[in-house]
Amino acid sequence: MHRDMIAYGILSLPDGIDYYVKREAVMKKDYSKLWTLFKSMFILSACTFGGGFVIVSLMKKKYVEELQWLEEDEMLDVTAITQSAPGPLPVNASVIIGYRLAGVVGSLTAICGTILPPMIIISIISLFYEQFRTNPYIATALQVMRAGVAAVIFDVVINLAGNVLKTKRILYIVMMITAFTATYILDVSAMLIILTCLGIGLVDLAVTIRKKKGTVA
Amino acid sequence: MLLLKLFFSFIQVGLFSVGGGYAAIPLIQEQIVNIHALLTMEEFSDLITVAEMTPGPISINSATFVGMRIAGVGGVLLCTIGCIIPSFCICLILAYFYYKYRTVSGVQVVLGAMRPAVVALIASAGSSILMLGLFQAELSEIILRDVRFVELGIFAVALFLLRKYKMNAITIILGSGVVGTLAYVLMGAV
Repeated sequence: MHRDMIAYGILSLPDGIDYYVKREAVMKKDYSKLWTLFKSMFILSACTFGGGFVIVSLMKKKYVEELQWLEEDEMLDVTAITQSAPGPLPVNASVIIGYRLAGVVGSLTAICGTILPPMIIISIISLFYEQFRTNPYIATALQVMRAGVAAVIFDVVINLAGNVLKTKRILYIVMMITAFTATYILDVSAMLIILTCLGIGLVDLAVTIRKKKGTVA
Repeated sequence: MLLLKLFFSFIQVGLFSVGGGYAAIPLIQEQIVNIHALLTMEEFSDLITVAEMTPGPISINSATFVGMRIAGVGGVLLCTIGCIIPSFCICLILAYFYYKYRTVSGVQVVLGAMRPAVVALIASAGSSILMLGLFQAELSEIILRDVRFVELGIFAVALFLLRKYKMNAITIILGSGVVGTLAYVLMGAV
């Protein structure tokens, strides 16, 4: 398989082999990680205030930086896939990450970790939600916590954006800036942006193949 | 019978809510308020408020809330499982194909083009949350002199601790809640 990559000039020879061998080693199912997987998903899910991309940032810090179970590119791919599939983003992401570590058993483990905290918290709160909803301390804590959550996301974004800049591909840098403008300023849906970039990726692939063929001929 | 209906309602919510939490709200409303009349509109808006104030995806939170009110813990399990079944099946299939073909060069080129977009989406989510934190408003409604200094200070210190000392993200999130609330209590604002 890496021969194709080298042929298309996407990976240089030594890198290509490294990449392939490493992937084979990592893809083995590892049931010893199940408990850590459950525990980490549970904690992340219990502390995720403010939507799907918050938990993606936390997962990136946990699984890419801290435990080194996933590569950074992989985490971004998983995010793109989860965003295009139906259902809640954290659940989708935990299905894929769980599958990667220990197959279907891993998926189920990860899902349990992700959905148990909201189930427990809401079950308890549903019994006295009126007091909860009107408590001024809770309201204040949730408001100020946004500043902390934003800091975590920006920390992750600084690293990710830095890596996109490091590719030195003008196409990627322009796409990143355009996508940000489209979603933040113009309110274009995330799904539409992912699909548009999928289209650009396909065109990019066609161009790459044509170029290679051209140089061979 | 009612439980079975609920189960299928939440399967539909799980199946058709594409593109994040807020897309699920109208779907849940249709199933729970309009079709099955399990909650009144007022209860439903309480539910959304509570769902936004607690961790976890809105659809899971709603499934739990509705299940609990209708049938206790059994209802919670049934509604939540219904809600995640579509995600589980679809993402498992996608994960299978992703890990089977991700090392193929062509797939790498296509995925490569999607990564900058994902970075942009995460940045956009972060910016929205930051604006809500600093101004309690969306981007278009921001008035600069209304900036909340406690939140601004927490954001700056938190980002510094994360970048410089690689502090744990969960500690940062919970810590900012505690420190900020204390600050407002000391200022006599709560």
